[in-house]
Amino acid sequence: MPKDGGIGASTKRREDIRFLTGKGRYTADINLRGQAFACFLRSDVAHGRINGIDTSAAAEMPGVLAILTGEDFKEVGGNPTGWLVQSRNGETMKEPKRPVLAHGKVRHVGDAYAMVIAETFEQAQDACDAITADIEELPAIVDMAAAVADASNRVHDEISDNIVFDWGWIEDNRAAVDAAFAAAPHVTTLELVNNRLSPNPMEPRASIGDFDPGTGDYKLYTTSQNPHLSRLLISAFVMGIPENKLTVIAPDVGGGFGSKIYHYGEEAAVLAASKLLNRPVKWVCDRSEAFMTDAHGRDHVTKIELATDMEGNFLALRTETLANVGAYLSNFATCTPTFLHGTLMAGPYKTPHVYVNVKAVFTNTVPVDAYRGAGRPEATYSIERVIDKAARELGLDPWELRAKNFLTTDQFPYTTPVGLVYDTGNYHATLDKLGEMIDRNGFEARVAESRARGKLRGFGLSTWIEACGIAPSNLVGVLGARVGLFDSATVRVNATGNISVLVGAHSHGQGHETVFAQVISDKLGVPASSIEIVHGDTSKIPFGMGTYGSRSLAVCGSAMVKAADKIIAKGKKIAAHMLEASEDDIVFEDGAFSVTGTDKQKTFGEIAFSAYVPHNYPLETLEPGLEETAFYDPSNFTYPAGAYGCEVEVDAETGRVEIVSFTCADDFGNVINPMIVEGQVHGGVAQGIGQALMESVRYNEDGQLLTGSYMDYAMPRADDLPNITVDHSCATPCTHNPLGVKGCGEAGAIGSPPAVVNAVLDALHRGGITHVTHIDMPLTPSRVWAAING
Amino acid sequence: MHNFELVKPSTVQDAVAALAAEGAQALSGGQTLLPSMKQRLAAPDVLVSLTGIAEMRGICLSDRGLAIGGATTHATIATEARAHYPALADQASHIGDPAVRNRGTIGGSLANNDPSACYPSAALASGATIVTNQREIAADDYFQGMFTTALDEGEIITSVIFPIPEKAAYVKFAQPASRFALVGVFVAKYPQGVRVAVTGASEEGVFRWAEAEAALSSNFSATALEGLSVPAEGMIADLHGSKDYRAALVKVLTGRAVTAA
Ligand SMILES: Cc1cc2nc3c(=O)[nH]c(=O)nc-3n(C[C@H](O)[C@H](O)[C@H](O)COP(=O)(O)OP(=O)(O)OC[C@H]3O[C@@H](n4cnc5c(N)ncnc54)[C@H](O)[C@@H]3O)c2cc1C
Repeated sequence: MPKDGGIGASTKRREDIRFLTGKGRYTADINLRGQAFACFLRSDVAHGRINGIDTSAAAEMPGVLAILTGEDFKEVGGNPTGWLVQSRNGETMKEPKRPVLAHGKVRHVGDAYAMVIAETFEQAQDACDAITADIEELPAIVDMAAAVADASNRVHDEISDNIVFDWGWIEDNRAAVDAAFAAAPHVTTLELVNNRLSPNPMEPRASIGDFDPGTGDYKLYTTSQNPHLSRLLISAFVMGIPENKLTVIAPDVGGGFGSKIYHYGEEAAVLAASKLLNRPVKWVCDRSEAFMTDAHGRDHVTKIELATDMEGNFLALRTETLANVGAYLSNFATCTPTFLHGTLMAGPYKTPHVYVNVKAVFTNTVPVDAYRGAGRPEATYSIERVIDKAARELGLDPWELRAKNFLTTDQFPYTTPVGLVYDTGNYHATLDKLGEMIDRNGFEARVAESRARGKLRGFGLSTWIEACGIAPSNLVGVLGARVGLFDSATVRVNATGNISVLVGAHSHGQGHETVFAQVISDKLGVPASSIEIVHGDTSKIPFGMGTYGSRSLAVCGSAMVKAADKIIAKGKKIAAHMLEASEDDIVFEDGAFSVTGTDKQKTFGEIAFSAYVPHNYPLETLEPGLEETAFYDPSNFTYPAGAYGCEVEVDAETGRVEIVSFTCADDFGNVINPMIVEGQVHGGVAQGIGQALMESVRYNEDGQLLTGSYMDYAMPRADDLPNITVDHSCATPCTHNPLGVKGCGEAGAIGSPPAVVNAVLDALHRGGITHVTHIDMPLTPSRVWAAING
Repeated sequence: MHNFELVKPSTVQDAVAALAAEGAQALSGGQTLLPSMKQRLAAPDVLVSLTGIAEMRGICLSDRGLAIGGATTHATIATEARAHYPALADQASHIGDPAVRNRGTIGGSLANNDPSACYPSAALASGATIVTNQREIAADDYFQGMFTTALDEGEIITSVIFPIPEKAAYVKFAQPASRFALVGVFVAKYPQGVRVAVTGASEEGVFRWAEAEAALSSNFSATALEGLSVPAEGMIADLHGSKDYRAALVKVLTGRAVTAA
């Protein structure tokens, strides 16, 4: 049994009380004395040359304090890419400058080219309307294949083919893969699109720049998943503010899903404007702006081929992908389609030969970057769809086909042909568990019952793996990362025995304040209610890399454990002194230090007090105080995996798909708070179902955003979703981090889309509609209907 | 949003007078008008709120049918019309979300005549009468294409009178994002015959499907529709469905509405 409030307990989320009672404090809720308001003027054409911007009339409007354009930022640095990727030919990728405000050209609808600061937001908005810009519209580059084929039209004039890089992974595998294909008895080929998604966090972005003319210090309140990373980017690359003169505060943040990892131009702009005006400058994004500026996700066009023998043994896998990066390189736009995608192409299978080719392409669209799952959903979707197609072509059962190709438990640690080392897992266990959970035997009867009601029922399977706990710094450094990916924690025990834990991870919905307190409570035997988790303010916390890639518990949690271990070690020294025993004889258990084999003990609180009131204390050999910091750099990724099953009913007359049930058997290693883990899976599956059935960012050929509001961008709502049944009992603890945890935040979004699509195709086939071998996501009613009637 | 002045008259007469001012516009539930003002697509100088006019609110049964005040909310219709005209109440109960239903009104919806709105189909299928401060307009004359109606500038819908059918049903196939009608079909059976009104589908806005009406008038059953089809020509094509798809849905949903009635 888990200790009350400790590891393994489904403790209710303490932060929810403030969120649910309207007491959260988000950036938009913060109002600083004397603040002015910013409004950005954004391009309404996808591609155009800026010949001139006339701000003279706008500058005369009531309340206007300043107007800035790209010209004002031309001397400052560009917003950089966090990852340099090499092309197959050894060349380094193209990295055009990403300015704070568009300069020379506008490159997507929503690209900001001017900023007005005024006494009120409405005045700033009115003045934006009064700016006249001479922007010569150029033909828009929207379709990736066309962008590559016709290089006469360029997103960045200096990049001749609109290609960022042409990446081969692993290039040395290529010949062997091609040879395996040439000799293969059967090859299954599938061309598919991984649809572009808009992240849609509940809280749109917001930033307040606050320059203090007295001290020369800058403060930025902003909606960030990683305040230290934003500080580093702004200070070292974009604005040249000394790092110690810039504080970044990400207070309560209402969701991010990746879109708030990145540094955006508006953040630098409000800082610069605040310095210029000696006043705080506030900007709050509205939903329409969010649709056209928050980094989008996915957007791959892929051809995948699977070579097998006639019994279904996987012999080789090969993919070619065009990955859309949009108009500029967002901070992790280059690693998402490469090292978070290509390296996962082995899946949970023992396929001996794998080769991945990805060309990243500039287009006149919103930049694309990591979105919940980031690269791994794209990999999983391609693999799990082609496997299902192969099963149908070979007349094999999709369960058996997967099971026969799974890695077995005796193969770990396993080096994949795409460069990862899986430490542990048990893929047969999760697949078997799923089989138990879904009543496989009753399926045929359910199909018949649906048919009696005029509906086609089908089942779809997806067995997925991901790499989380991002990431070993030395490894990613070799691969081109420009940052470290450790994390950090300070455990500050106060004199009265309660504890503040200052962490580098950032919670924006995940529940860290609850879960991290559970970990420390368990380690130090202090009630969770006496533990505060502090995050999001670079002036308080140690340098941490923030939250994404299902890394917080695996990486920052490990740093917390290390710091807590240091606290215990120091506590033992203090206890040994107070109890007049040898340090080696002190044991720490259930919140007390005792001399082994005796009843002599000191409570944790007594030790803490003694550390701050060191009257009876070994001052000659030990510093007073009880506060320890640890940095943790993981030695490997973690590898959560699982098996997902989806049952659908299709209304063939209208093409409407209803998800009848969705079932997940996951391996997340050890679980700290089962309730939160289940919630994370529910949320991820909801997003995955959104991708599979509803969501899609669409542009027309002129680069106009057709899905710029919820009137046209379909977000899943509660009644679009089934009950989701979740199990995580088949756990193989991570072998290399102290908590044995793997991460669960992205799993649902990674594993679910192929299960849904496979289920729809199964339903059609069972219903005799056998000419449909693939439908691109989202499987909206009209697309399913068109496929059936095509 | 731009600045505006708000007036809240308590009689139709005062509202009409207020609407005569330069730049004045009627405001009912605001569920269409306010979003477009927030996006600065509309910028009236004066908003004349109609929701304080008692005679424009509520539902009553008369010998001509169910009379519904122009400023009656969808939520009120969903509950109070149920005993008299369940298909209409059902339609109202599926408009938007609770916030929209508690604010949005039938007069606002009919005045706006969005090609994907729900009520136009009920009004047309019921042969309703649109009553304004000036006159009565038959539904058949009222709807004149997307966002276009027979209303004059400053004319106010004070009520709508729905003759009550023997049987009726509305089947809405929701556009996945907005949940307005991608296609919605309202079928109503009267002693004089069956009326079928289709919303969401046509570039001309709500329309009656005459062939289906004829077939169903002699045989009120989904099988009566066999062999009929609406031409794809003139249907709306957008992100959410092609012309062919909408045409196909019209037939499928008409059949389902007949079965449900
Ligand atoms: C999220 C959302 C979902 C929705 N879903 C649906 C749906 O599924 N189906 C559907 O049918 N509708 C839907 N709507 C629209 C909703 O029904 C609106 O309430 C309705 O279209 C407009 O009514 P209103 O009272 O809000 O009008 P307002 O917004 O106040 O006014 C609309 C227009 O009508 C004019 N006007 C208002 N009242 C009168 C009157 N009595 N006489 C003359 N002119 C008048 C106004 O001047 C304005 O031009 C949705 C709206 C939202 C915001």
